[in-house]
Amino acid sequence: MAMKDKPDNIFMTTLDAAASWARSNSLWPMPFATACCGIELMATASSRFDLARFGAEVMRFSPRQCDLMIVAGRVVMKMLPVLQRIWLQMPEPKWCISMGACACTGGVFDTYAVVQGVDRFIPVDLYVPGCPPRPEQLMAGIIALQDKIRHGGTLNGTEFAKRDQSNGPTPYDSDELIRIREANEKLISLN
Amino acid sequence: MSTAEALKAKFPEDELVFSEFRDNHRVAVPAAKLMPILSMLKSECGFDMLAELTAVDYLEYEGATDRFGVVYVLLNNTSGERLILKTFVNDPNPSLPSVYSLWKSADWLEREVYDMFGITFAGHPDLRRILMPDEFTAFPLRKDYPLKGRGERHNFPIVTRADS
Amino acid sequence: MPFEVSDLAEMDAPEKEYLWTLNFGPQHPATHTTLRLILTLDGETVINALPHIGYLHSGFEKLGEHLDFNQYVTIVDRMNYISPLANEISWHHAVEKLLGIEITPRCKYLRTILAELMRLHDHLLNVGTTGLDLGAFTAFLYAFYQREKIYDIVESASGQRFHTSYTRVGGVMFDVNNAWVDKIRDFLKGFMPVHAEVHRLLTRNRIFIDRLKGVGYLSGEDCINMGVTGPLARASGVLRDLRKDEPYLAYPDLDFKIVAAKDGDCYARYLVRMQEMLESVKIIEQCLDNIPEGPVNIDAQTHIVPPAKPSVYRSIEGLIQHFEVMMPNRGYETPREEIYAATESPNGELGYYIVGDGSPRSYRARTRPPSYIHFAVFPQIIKGHQLSDVVAVLGSLNIIAAELDR
Ligand code: SF4
Repeated sequence: MAMKDKPDNIFMTTLDAAASWARSNSLWPMPFATACCGIELMATASSRFDLARFGAEVMRFSPRQCDLMIVAGRVVMKMLPVLQRIWLQMPEPKWCISMGACACTGGVFDTYAVVQGVDRFIPVDLYVPGCPPRPEQLMAGIIALQDKIRHGGTLNGTEFAKRDQSNGPTPYDSDELIRIREANEKLISLN
Repeated sequence: MSTAEALKAKFPEDELVFSEFRDNHRVAVPAAKLMPILSMLKSECGFDMLAELTAVDYLEYEGATDRFGVVYVLLNNTSGERLILKTFVNDPNPSLPSVYSLWKSADWLEREVYDMFGITFAGHPDLRRILMPDEFTAFPLRKDYPLKGRGERHNFPIVTRADS
Repeated sequence: MPFEVSDLAEMDAPEKEYLWTLNFGPQHPATHTTLRLILTLDGETVINALPHIGYLHSGFEKLGEHLDFNQYVTIVDRMNYISPLANEISWHHAVEKLLGIEITPRCKYLRTILAELMRLHDHLLNVGTTGLDLGAFTAFLYAFYQREKIYDIVESASGQRFHTSYTRVGGVMFDVNNAWVDKIRDFLKGFMPVHAEVHRLLTRNRIFIDRLKGVGYLSGEDCINMGVTGPLARASGVLRDLRKDEPYLAYPDLDFKIVAAKDGDCYARYLVRMQEMLESVKIIEQCLDNIPEGPVNIDAQTHIVPPAKPSVYRSIEGLIQHFEVMMPNRGYETPREEIYAATESPNGELGYYIVGDGSPRSYRARTRPPSYIHFAVFPQIIKGHQLSDVVAVLGSLNIIAAELDR
């Protein structure tokens, strides 16, 4: 876009508002459904709850056509590279919802294989807690995200470029890693 | 003739330990005799289905003498009889013959036991890791592997918003 | 120029250059969750399929060694998340067998009702998504609406609509009342017309039949040799159902039939599932008519279940008893024994192998997951079919990723 080259001190508030309004009302979710939360995501989209009422029902399984990624379910070591790759394939502007306790923090699965929160490795805009979140709650999350887009969105996405730090907790507290290693070494030397 | 009698008649000089708990009929066999006993059970006693194959790590079990126990749950589809057969293997290089030639369901079950416990099955057509990533080195269900891992789950690059 | 014999031999060589390799998954809509297949294609025909699994392996069995028998029920829930209560019932069935507990008649009936509701739950989703994958969206919406009603029923019993964690060692969390029973009756009344409607939509639909008939054939002998159980085996003519063969809960008292078919293809599996739903409805109706009165938990004197709340709040003995059951370092004695116990889950034989070491925690909690064993069959039955049949066969196997990988 030619807009990209404009200097930073020019603002286009009206255009920004119009673009954000349009974007917020036509979110195309990409359901990255791995586990139980995926079934609740299905329930949200099907009869009774009907996500279509909020302009976000066009589930597209191709990342190239989506602008909202919903990570529903736990992400494990083998799956994380896939998740990152899919996230990188999505075109800008894009947002990410982390749905369920597992995607947010690892949930009940504090084990060797489960990534303790996807926000450590990819940027997340909105967290929906619950195990699994009820469909109503996911809808509330989507409405909140629409609000967020409407209020903070800019035409050419300058707000994204500022976020060059990971917004989750540090992927590991490096001391923890050292402690784990030391404890393991001690164990090995004992045996 | 019951299965236990048939087994005793066929392998008189081996140590077969029979036991019963609730409705489970169990037999512990020496690892060296595993293949002949299993093939006899399949061909002569009609155990045509291997319902389950798993292992247990007895590292912290009080009074246990062997490191790993491998459990075969056999099922006779005609009579509905079940037999739980158990054998023991030890470090280093715990290894057993593969029963893939008898029951095809052993394929993935043996791969899982290998993945989780590091017990190898000689003669298995394709013994690779199945659940954990290929580059993983530990065997997670062994008792000396910690529940929270050794930090492998934190070992990934970070994608931030600015670079995506 | 006519073909030379050597040309033909060349074309049959295994490493033909025109074979395609296609990666299918792990993020693909038709896999519903996280499966990955590497397919070798000759044009549209699948020559070979190589499944890669483990994309959802989250260490369930390791967790089972760190949580006690009641806590672990929250984890088994998450195993087959299409029918969570079936897992709970199966897990506590195994635990109670290890401890030698005989549950009360009321609890038996209650659990039977819930187990059968879960069978409906599972088969509804399977039938719906089979249709969805083949392009029939309506049946999916109908089925999901019925599932929502089952969610409501389960929610009013346990307080959670999805992962209920409802059963406990020796009983369930709360008793149910008559309003709940009426709710199920209402549901069953509404369910029958919908079931008939789905039948009308799919069963004689030309496209549906063409896509499923003769696809994914599995013979009875192969089923037995590969360990396949449940609706899959019954669709291939293996008459085996643990509800009849090794009766548990209230099944010995009930009158129902085993549904089976001979064809062994996807269409037969679909029909078996449809018919099993009717049998489940019959079972639930019988249970509702005969549900006995009386306590739902076993006697608190056994020190395995916590005592009733009033006695905990009002008497010191009750409080101490509650404490003894709940504290992680107290608990009850368990036998130092090993046990294998299985129940008929909607997907097949769901078994647990538990090693007890005297503490209220299992030393090893192994699951025999039906999905894991069923998915191993996939490469064999897809060979020679079209690429588009992959979806149909995957749907008919009903693979649940969390149960597959644990
Ligand atoms: S948050 Fe709960 S429901 Fe969601 S994936 Fe995790 S365990 Fe399943």
